[in-house]
Amino acid sequence: MAHIGDRLNDFAVRIGTVNGTGSASANSLLLQALFRMGLPVSGKNVFPSNIQGLPTWYEIRVNKDGYTARSPVFQLTVAMNPQSYARDIEEVESGGWVLYDSTKELDESLLRDDVTFLGIPLAQMCAERFRRARERTLMKNIGYVGALVALLDIEMDVVQGMIEEKFSAKKNLIESNFTAIRMGYDWAREQWECPLPIRVKRMDATKDRVMVTGNAATALGCVYAGATVGAWYPITPATSVMDGFKEWCRRFRVDPDTGKHRYCILQAEDELAAAGMVIGAGWAGARAFTPTAGPGISLMSEFIGLAYYAEVPSVFIDVQRTGPSTGMPTRTQQGDLMLVVYASHGDTRHIALFPANPKECFEFAVAAFDLAERFQTPVFMVSDLDIGMNDWMVPRLEWNDAYRPDRGKVLSAREIEEVKSFHRYLDVDGDAIPYRTLPGVHPKGAYFTRGSGHDKYGGYTEDSDAYVEVVDRIARKIQSAAEHMPAPEVHAVEGGARHGIVSIGGAHWAVLEARDTLLADGVPTDYLRVRGFPFGEAVREFLDAHDVIFVVEQNRDAQLRTLLAIETECPKSKLVSVRYYGGQPLSKEHVLDGIRPHVSRRKSAVAEAAIR
Amino acid sequence: MTYITKPVARHPKMRHNALGLEPRDYEGSMSTLCAGCGHDSVTAALVQAFFEMDVEPHRVVKLSGIGCSSKTPAYFVKEAHGFNAVHGRMPSIAAGANAANRDLLYVGISGDGDSLSIGLGQLCHAIRRNIDMLYLLENNGVYGLTKGQFSASADVGSVSKKGEVNRNGPIDPVSVALALGATFVARSFSGDKKQLVPILKAGLAHSGFAFVDIISPCVTFNDHEGSTKSYAHTRTHMYEVVETDFVPLRREITAEYGHGDVHAVTMHDGSVVHFRKVAEDYDPTDRGAALEHIADVRKRGEVPTGLLYLEETGEDMHGFENTVEGPLVELPYEDLCPGSGALAELQKEWW
Repeated sequence: MAHIGDRLNDFAVRIGTVNGTGSASANSLLLQALFRMGLPVSGKNVFPSNIQGLPTWYEIRVNKDGYTARSPVFQLTVAMNPQSYARDIEEVESGGWVLYDSTKELDESLLRDDVTFLGIPLAQMCAERFRRARERTLMKNIGYVGALVALLDIEMDVVQGMIEEKFSAKKNLIESNFTAIRMGYDWAREQWECPLPIRVKRMDATKDRVMVTGNAATALGCVYAGATVGAWYPITPATSVMDGFKEWCRRFRVDPDTGKHRYCILQAEDELAAAGMVIGAGWAGARAFTPTAGPGISLMSEFIGLAYYAEVPSVFIDVQRTGPSTGMPTRTQQGDLMLVVYASHGDTRHIALFPANPKECFEFAVAAFDLAERFQTPVFMVSDLDIGMNDWMVPRLEWNDAYRPDRGKVLSAREIEEVKSFHRYLDVDGDAIPYRTLPGVHPKGAYFTRGSGHDKYGGYTEDSDAYVEVVDRIARKIQSAAEHMPAPEVHAVEGGARHGIVSIGGAHWAVLEARDTLLADGVPTDYLRVRGFPFGEAVREFLDAHDVIFVVEQNRDAQLRTLLAIETECPKSKLVSVRYYGGQPLSKEHVLDGIRPHVSRRKSAVAEAAIR
Repeated sequence: MTYITKPVARHPKMRHNALGLEPRDYEGSMSTLCAGCGHDSVTAALVQAFFEMDVEPHRVVKLSGIGCSSKTPAYFVKEAHGFNAVHGRMPSIAAGANAANRDLLYVGISGDGDSLSIGLGQLCHAIRRNIDMLYLLENNGVYGLTKGQFSASADVGSVSKKGEVNRNGPIDPVSVALALGATFVARSFSGDKKQLVPILKAGLAHSGFAFVDIISPCVTFNDHEGSTKSYAHTRTHMYEVVETDFVPLRREITAEYGHGDVHAVTMHDGSVVHFRKVAEDYDPTDRGAALEHIADVRKRGEVPTGLLYLEETGEDMHGFENTVEGPLVELPYEDLCPGSGALAELQKEWW
């Protein structure tokens, strides 16, 4: 049987376990160990919408060239869950390996003759070594980590050091973890030739990097931005944003003298109320936000329209998951693009930011509050489950201590005192942004906020001209935000390519990898990643400069392509859609599959023309 | 609708409060409700309560949802910020605004459609959070702005203007509030300012969620015979369970009580509420007994009114959340941002 050849620092492993059995911490131990060995690595948690008993997977990709997008091809599978044996074994690459718990032998029907089966009787070994039932279950996970340490040549010192750090307060746990890890390690060394051709060797690629989830980074961004009110309704995959906010606030926002909180987290009765709380707090002058997912945005839509029309700063964090409806709550997608930018009935249009990794989650969360206050409007920060819930290797986060929040045009008591008269929606400066006042500051600053028709003075109106004047100004205001968005990230080949690629959010990493492959194939491409909405001039110029633009995104209906078509003058015929929407993070293969047919067809068309 | 704009001339003998303000200073723009609307009487009672409580107008925050009642925040305290939110969702706006700035005086005006149908959930959760605010439910049993559909407070057998008979059981807001643990529960009648004003004043002084259900007849769609929310029906069936007198902190107690037991409850800010029990054995500080008594009165077809329950726990949403004493909006940014050093330190854990 032909094995996969030497794959130093370039392979993918998938671990199939039962959820709720403690495999998550074992898997992150593994990921972190690889990271500490200086290897570019990514981990994708593929989990069910369930607490205990269903199949769950963890996918680790190590890549010396720094490609961290999901790899759909696995050279090694750790099959620990009989429920998913069939699929796990079927999906391992030919010539690869299956590490399984041989306490109970595999059914013959599952065997393949083109992969190597590595049996380790983990359940039996744990039963011999550990007494308590829970420990026996948990330590099986550490056992396979031990086997992988041997098989993949992971540095044992690193792993043991991490166990010591993790359980520094619980010494007895260090011992049992050490026992379990040696158990797996020794078995592997005795039974098999270690390491396998897929293996690791220390690199120096993670020096100034950290490993963090997008949701934790988003939460930290909210703290650094000075947000004081967070309202939310629990929802996957956004819940850990508020968990994170609470954690950072407990650490950084408790008055040292009184023990009282410099923040207020309100767990709302539903997403409608969460939106109302954010708008109420924003109206009263606090920086407020709500983390949610697509179903939450649907519920919040009425309030979002109110905040748009009444011009109330508010930040909505949408960690996208697979829709429509309840969809697949634990799978990722970019299905809310159209929803967020036009949320609510009537004519509305919203500012949105699209981070591609946790570092941008941190930075864009801060930017979202500045934009919301400067433009007095709802701002969306749109990430997704893959970015939000998986651990990402990103450059260290940085903070400039000179930063001060951009509160926009908020009048102080003294300023209100000085103005002859105050009218909430008057375009005094001709920049489409009116001045606002906060409640309780000054009697002259009082006004009546309403979602019903109002004129520029803030008064109720049913007059056509007065209504139109205000909504036209709001449209100008939102459009004027376009050049204040984070600039798109552009990668261009020298001299410029005929083919352009446009993508968004977490699709970025697969596109970068696919571009390199295309280039190696002789197809150079230029690439732009949209980072904000409304689109700025740079997006228009990129579209103009290319004959064919592949729009890569993770939804069925080509929502980014639709937005580009609606929001720019670019002819639709130039925009070729490349989509994947099955719920997994995007892979290079998805991008190549979408682009290659068009590239080769065009090539042959050119060739045909030449022959004629 | 009142078409005559009130003259701005001020009477030299006009009363002034401790801030030197006149009742007129607590008024708002002209009401656009139907002439005789109960809501306008509630507005007038509120104006009086604010005046008598020496409230700084710009420290008031007026909040509402959608409906006839929700229009009324425009008609009082013009120097206060107002927020006419979306239908049934005013409590969440109140929660957010109050979270941001706890030092202001929050007054929410709602109706029976707003609070008992589309917004029942938000009302319930505002009670659970014990948001420090005065919450009025101007209850007329009918949808006025959409012309006369029954609301969730309409009694069984109540007849609409078009002659339809309501079959769906009513939601009694007072019983709901009591059952959910509200700390201040009252019911009054827009036509009884003598009863309403002290209740509103006590509600303004209450630290926590002060819930006042006010029967406020709709003269256009629900004031006919067969309606149980008409002026005539309410006047004849109103049953005052307790008489209430509110004594603000700095004033001497001057109220005289001729008969019945007087029960005094000291509020969080030191003000005192005096209850004079009309009904025998009624205890406005016993939740279970209050619920039971109200149920009995309702069974007789009467409308129990008065400040029915009061509990000065002193613990509102901010108490539950353990927030700092002052408003969050006034915290300096330096107290909110951990800075670059903390960020570098924190990231050691992300390695």
